[in-house]
Amino acid sequence: MIRARGLVQTFRSRQGRTTSEVRAVDGVDLDVEDGEVVGFLGPNGAGKTTTLRILTTLLRPTAGTATVAGHDVATQAEQVRRSIGYVSQAGGAFSGARAGDEVVDHGMLYGLPRRVVEERGRALFSQLDLEGLWTRTPRTMSGGQKRRLDIVMGIVHEPRLVFLDEPTTGLDPQARANLWEHIRGLRDRRGATVLLTTHYLDEADALSDRIVIIDHGRVVASDTPAALKEQVAGDLVDLEVEDPAQRAEAAARLERLVAQAGAGAGAGPGATPGPSSSGGVVEQDGRHVRARVRRAGRAVPGLLRELDAAGVALASIEVVRPTLDDVFLALTGRSLRDTGGSSPDAAARGSTTSSTTSSTTSSSSTTPGSTTVPQPTPTPSAPTASTSTPTTGALR
Amino acid sequence: MTTSTVPVGASAPSAGPADVPPLGSARRFLRDSGIVFRRQLRMNLRNPAWVIIGMLQPVLYLLLFGPLLEPLIGQLGATNAYTFFVPGMLVQLGVFGAFFAGFSLIGEWREGVIEAERVTPANRTALLVGRLYRDLLQLLVQALILVGLGFALGMDASVGGLVLGVLLTLLLGGACAAASNALALTTKSEDVMAPVINMVMLPVLLLSGILLPMTIGPAWLQTASDFMPIRWVVDGVRTSFAGDLASSTLLWGTVWALGLFAAAVWWGTATFRRENA
Repeated sequence: MIRARGLVQTFRSRQGRTTSEVRAVDGVDLDVEDGEVVGFLGPNGAGKTTTLRILTTLLRPTAGTATVAGHDVATQAEQVRRSIGYVSQAGGAFSGARAGDEVVDHGMLYGLPRRVVEERGRALFSQLDLEGLWTRTPRTMSGGQKRRLDIVMGIVHEPRLVFLDEPTTGLDPQARANLWEHIRGLRDRRGATVLLTTHYLDEADALSDRIVIIDHGRVVASDTPAALKEQVAGDLVDLEVEDPAQRAEAAARLERLVAQAGAGAGAGPGATPGPSSSGGVVEQDGRHVRARVRRAGRAVPGLLRELDAAGVALASIEVVRPTLDDVFLALTGRSLRDTGGSSPDAAARGSTTSSTTSSTTSSSSTTPGSTTVPQPTPTPSAPTASTSTPTTGALR
Repeated sequence: MTTSTVPVGASAPSAGPADVPPLGSARRFLRDSGIVFRRQLRMNLRNPAWVIIGMLQPVLYLLLFGPLLEPLIGQLGATNAYTFFVPGMLVQLGVFGAFFAGFSLIGEWREGVIEAERVTPANRTALLVGRLYRDLLQLLVQALILVGLGFALGMDASVGGLVLGVLLTLLLGGACAAASNALALTTKSEDVMAPVINMVMLPVLLLSGILLPMTIGPAWLQTASDFMPIRWVVDGVRTSFAGDLASSTLLWGTVWALGLFAAAVWWGTATFRRENA
């Protein structure tokens, strides 16, 4: 359905007198099969929207080729436009016009007779829970309703391929969940192929058959959500000991378990922020000991018995399945959540989260790289709460 | 839900626009521009304040400025103040009303309307021209009010000259509206566009002889105004109203009006077509 090779898009940006070239898309290859739902995941500015605008003929690529629905985007733009639907971030219905009118006019621009568009439009309104809103203006609609209206406009001509650009950005959780249902319906009920961009991990995870991760204008990974998470090397096991003095004991046990069950590369520097004190896979701080363990569900009961036998009392144990955030972190060295925010220097800094949350400049632990690990007795200036922020931030 | 009645797979994808017989490109253009026009008109009528203001403008000019010209008209080299003044007003309406047409386009662009239209297979020129229809319709109505009122106040013009004069005005107005739309899609910001329009408008107003004929000015000013294309159109409309249909002034006015219109539509279409718009 989509086959793109070596797409490049450069923009000239001017700051004062100096003109610089920005490569928003830097050699993207992309294949999407018929009937697939593909999530295009990446932080803001990664090149998602630009790639989408190339594939929807809105932007001519600086270099590279793309075939969409069997037609070349550069030379057969009109045929491509006939076969696709596009819901941009901004939507497409004018806030002051009547919703139904906008849908009808939009469909008619595809060459459909008014009667047909109106019929389909009204049917879509009822399918997407917009009943009774035909004559309302988008201005008076809720965010979720407006977004569903945008989708109606994008699919009223019944395209085989639908592009959704950040469909749920700015919606409350309930509206998001509702919209997800409708996005699933695009494929399940209409047999459409869907390419959606998002910077929400849970969204890509929940909706996509396959996830394409893009960063700095390049595709850095492309696989099913499950396979991508598999790369992160296992589940995160987080033990909290009752007595800080027993932390070393717990760490040793956990390390042995990791050696037995096997841990992936991701457990090292990439997947967890800050180096661990025990020189590798096991990370310790305060009363916490954590490491990534393959198939933790099977390994953990044995560990608990061992710890129990050794007299190590646990305050808590947590097993966290890897998230796409971990995948992103492992692939790019940055956390998606941070780069997804609007701080460009956080992205540029490379390594993320860590200790910047604590404002104690006097503390040596604020220098990146030498973070964490206050010794068992926490100094008054570094209370446990603040030292644990970096890690909880990265693990959620 | 209703779609469950449609067999999966056989439903949406195949029954798309493909089953609509393709129209010839000329009919497609008319249809597409008609859809855009209807939409624009509907939105304008939903906001009648602007329509009313648009209609009031020419009335105010004629009633409040026309009388000032009457005692001066002999010095200006004309006999009938309104035969002289109405053409100038016509062109002014055509130019200035149309210059502001682009502002509504920026609002539409911001809400994603332009992009949504650009992903449809609609003809790019039709996207622009449909909007021009609206501007031209508004201009035509204003022109009719202006001419009717001019007659009521004692204007003296031939019907043929009048029709030609209004046509020239519509061409020029269309050119300005197209240019304004192009500028809007290029700047994408009211804050940038407003000063640009102001910068263009003032010399146009002063050098076109809209309010007073350039012929009463010093030689250097007349020479300067020779370089203002709109001045030729103003003179053309004036000669046309005066019934002098064979003059070279009218010919030049027509040439300029046509040329400006063609250039502006080309520019406007280019901005709708351009990939990074």
